[in-house]
Amino acid sequence: MSFLIGENMTGGYGGADILNDCTIGVEQGEIAVIVGPNGAGKSTAMKAIFGMLNLRQGKVTMEGEDITALTPQARVHKGMGFVPQTNNVFTSMSVEENLEMGAFIRDDDITATMAQVYDLFPILKEKRHQPAGELSGGQRQQVAVGRALMTRPKVLMLDEPTAGVSPIVMDELFDRIIEVARTGIAILMVEQNAKQALNIADKGYVLVQGANRFTDTGEALMANPEVRKSFLGG
Amino acid sequence: MDNLLNAVVLLLNFLVVPALAYGSQLALGALGVTLIYGVLRFSNFAHGETMSFGAMFCILFTWLLQSWGVTLGPLPTALLALPFAIIATALFVLATDWLVYDYYRVKKASSLIFLIASVGVMFIMNGLVRFIIGPEDRNFADGARFVFTARDFKEWSGLAEGLALRSTQLITIVTAIVIVAALFWFLNRTRTGKSMRAYSDNEDLALLSGIDPGHVVRIAWILAAALATIAGVLYGLDKSYKPFTFLQLLLPIFAAAIVGGVGSPVGAIAGGFVVAFSEIGLTFAYKKFLAYLLPAALVPDGLVQLLSTEYKFAVSFVILVVVLLIKPTGLFSGKTL
Repeated sequence: MSFLIGENMTGGYGGADILNDCTIGVEQGEIAVIVGPNGAGKSTAMKAIFGMLNLRQGKVTMEGEDITALTPQARVHKGMGFVPQTNNVFTSMSVEENLEMGAFIRDDDITATMAQVYDLFPILKEKRHQPAGELSGGQRQQVAVGRALMTRPKVLMLDEPTAGVSPIVMDELFDRIIEVARTGIAILMVEQNAKQALNIADKGYVLVQGANRFTDTGEALMANPEVRKSFLGG
Repeated sequence: MDNLLNAVVLLLNFLVVPALAYGSQLALGALGVTLIYGVLRFSNFAHGETMSFGAMFCILFTWLLQSWGVTLGPLPTALLALPFAIIATALFVLATDWLVYDYYRVKKASSLIFLIASVGVMFIMNGLVRFIIGPEDRNFADGARFVFTARDFKEWSGLAEGLALRSTQLITIVTAIVIVAALFWFLNRTRTGKSMRAYSDNEDLALLSGIDPGHVVRIAWILAAALATIAGVLYGLDKSYKPFTFLQLLLPIFAAAIVGGVGSPVGAIAGGFVVAFSEIGLTFAYKKFLAYLLPAALVPDGLVQLLSTEYKFAVSFVILVVVLLIKPTGLFSGKTL
């Protein structure tokens, strides 16, 4: 039984089902990566786990508790952090205010968590009084991840964190994500850059048409000739 | 030298001081419009009537206080009545939100529908005001009329031109500064204020961060009601309270909000002063001013008034059209608080 798992999820945004009996799980301190071709339902699977679409079948459990009926907001209170793919920072607000807003549901002292985020992303400390909208793409993603970390989540979900950033920045971001995982947080992410993502993944899910095609450790998937040929470009 | 000083004093007395007072009133009104736009994403046409409503409550409370013999000495009694008027207006506006706008929010109606609904609210408030206090002109300013009069100034300076400062003008400017400072402190320094800016910036992300939209909307209405009441009372003190003027005031207020960029508080303030100075500057008769500066032979015969005062609303309208044509986002590219 995984720490967080969406089991046999079937559902969509109203019309036809996008997910077909799809199962995705992640353990604490682990990185799970969802890869697959365009339109495979990768982001949809993650949104389903976060409660952003109604499931017709299947359930989502966290720490053994069934959370299928909870709203996304309620899941944030349960310890899930979500970083959307786009519009994931408050552009008109300073970096520091972004982090403060991330911690909005907390009533205790947030300075320690903020210091941790600044340790993880030193550039953010430098730019903490600058509006987030003025930062580069990679720095914005750091703000977005930092904002989600401010609730001290048990699970961090990232929807294509490296979309639109340069390869160097991507490596840098992946390094940071590994660091976050080492603190015991479960990380679930959707990635377009399948090779690089599977390299750092403890577990990989290859989705095709909303269903699990391959599920294995990142290493095994990288070694699997069929996966290489069909999804990793040889 | 005296001529130059006289010219400056003339401008100060008839243009700068009135425009500063009028600009402060417009700025406070435009701040309310901008706040509602920033949070609820629609242009609230009922804002002018909210000002009227607030001023009406303030007059009623002022009469009550006066009947008890309570006054503020040299200051207008209305300042004492103001907090009660704000509370009454805020309650009314919250009730409106609950009865009207909440229904459309649940239905996720487009901002156009909200706008039309606000026009309906405007007419209802307009009617209520006439029922409660009637359409007559009311002067409710009491206390000292002048901080210093034109005669005081002439005696003090020895100049031919006088400069008068009415107490309502000073009160208007000082109150506006205090209120704007407090509003900016609230938006930039407090948790609730920041959550309002966050909600205005990115609604989805604000929800993900656990910000309660209902709370943000309520605070926005309370602030808008307070700003409207203060603006309405200051305008009423400075001129007089006439229920029908508030429909006309809607145009300069929206012009001010749009010039600055709807949604931007700094823009609303800048816009208020741009509109006020243009309106008064264009309808001002410069003949006497030029008479001080030019040799007698060159002084024009006419009034040198660019526009007759009857056309002052055309000024806001022209500003509005020019801004929408050239820079639709306004001076400060508004969108979020």
